[in-house]
Amino acid sequence: MNTLIEKLARLAAGKGRLRLMEVCGTHTVAIFRSGIRQVLPANVELVSGPGCPVCVTCDDYIDKAIAYARRDFIIATFGDMLKVPGSRSSLAEAQAAGADVRIVYSPLDALQIAEDNPRRSIIFLAVGFETTAPTQAATVLAARARGIKNLFMLSAQKLVPPALRFLLGDATAKVDGFLLPGHVAVVTGADAFNFLATEFNMPCAVGGFATEEILIALTSILEQIDNGRAEVANDYRTVVTAEGNVAAQKILSQVYTVTDAEWRGMGTIPASGLKMRDEFAAFDIEQVEPLPPCPLSLVPSPLKKACRCGEVLRGLVKPIDCPLFGKACQPLHAVGACMVSVEGVCAAWFKYGGQHFEW
Amino acid sequence: MCLAYPAKVLRIDGELATVERAGVKRSASLMLLPEAKVGDYVLIHAGFAMQVVDEREVQIRDALVAEMNGAPRTVELAGVS
Repeated sequence: MNTLIEKLARLAAGKGRLRLMEVCGTHTVAIFRSGIRQVLPANVELVSGPGCPVCVTCDDYIDKAIAYARRDFIIATFGDMLKVPGSRSSLAEAQAAGADVRIVYSPLDALQIAEDNPRRSIIFLAVGFETTAPTQAATVLAARARGIKNLFMLSAQKLVPPALRFLLGDATAKVDGFLLPGHVAVVTGADAFNFLATEFNMPCAVGGFATEEILIALTSILEQIDNGRAEVANDYRTVVTAEGNVAAQKILSQVYTVTDAEWRGMGTIPASGLKMRDEFAAFDIEQVEPLPPCPLSLVPSPLKKACRCGEVLRGLVKPIDCPLFGKACQPLHAVGACMVSVEGVCAAWFKYGGQHFEW
Repeated sequence: MCLAYPAKVLRIDGELATVERAGVKRSASLMLLPEAKVGDYVLIHAGFAMQVVDEREVQIRDALVAEMNGAPRTVELAGVS
């Protein structure tokens, strides 16, 4: 490992300030936990991108989930969605007020809940990136095959490559290279990110999540910068191939089609989300039982207006630049989504940055 | 939600596999990885096998974790200059 750290120092020497963006919340946390930030050359800065699906989910999605929970649906969700604040409250608060909200490990567990409760209707909160979306599509196919009619999806999955394209179109987000998300690339394949090199001349590396794997990927990026090259280096070959998991891609596109999507803090990004194909409309809760639009246009609380999650997610400001960070906004009483999710940028800074940053 | 871990396929029953990791067994769907075979190490995410993993890599990772827990050093990083 020391060899890698020395190599990084050698490659970075004599260069100006280099900003490398990691685009995966698991990378963000792994980088903090391993202490990589502390051993990087002084001119290399790691910034976190929109890499946590919980964090980029908008308030109104949570508002919708709460509205359905109040209508006597069983809400099945990954645990990290529970505390995310909507415009006014969170699913955890709805649960405390009596809503039937259940934490599951897999969307298949929601299928089981549907089978066990034939008289109830179950909504699975289908959020996630390319890694998670196929598991939800496969669950819909399994539900159809088993004739289960009381399981529905509230879909807000997001696609990573279009978000990176969007970020690069924003002149304020200055990035010199990308550490690409390993498990997204398991499904999409490393080739899905080639446009970053060919169109934007951006050095990139797909990285794993162990400390050595992250360091190797960072070295790859710096090597490219050093040589004036730009390519997508695959430094997570144990599971990432050029073309990805084709079976998962097929199942995903069988159930879902690409659509524009709203990202927290980034607005609408073209072709960056998924919606259910008409053939599967019977599994789409927003088509089966649409909510009236009025109650959703809630006025956000004044604290939420001060929250800078949107800029944090684009790498424009650090968490400590937010007036709420560490004060009004802490993991136990979070205002913004980046502090709620364990893989959120703000939560990582709060947990691991305590002794190292001044705030 | 984004947690993924390698596990060994012990049994396959249709589209469902029994996988084992560090002594913990649970079921995982093979819908997204139909080519998985008994004995393969696979990456599990949200109850689904996502990709076959090189067994040697899993062993190296396990050895690294063991080192962190106080076992003597057994892993040298190869291929780094």
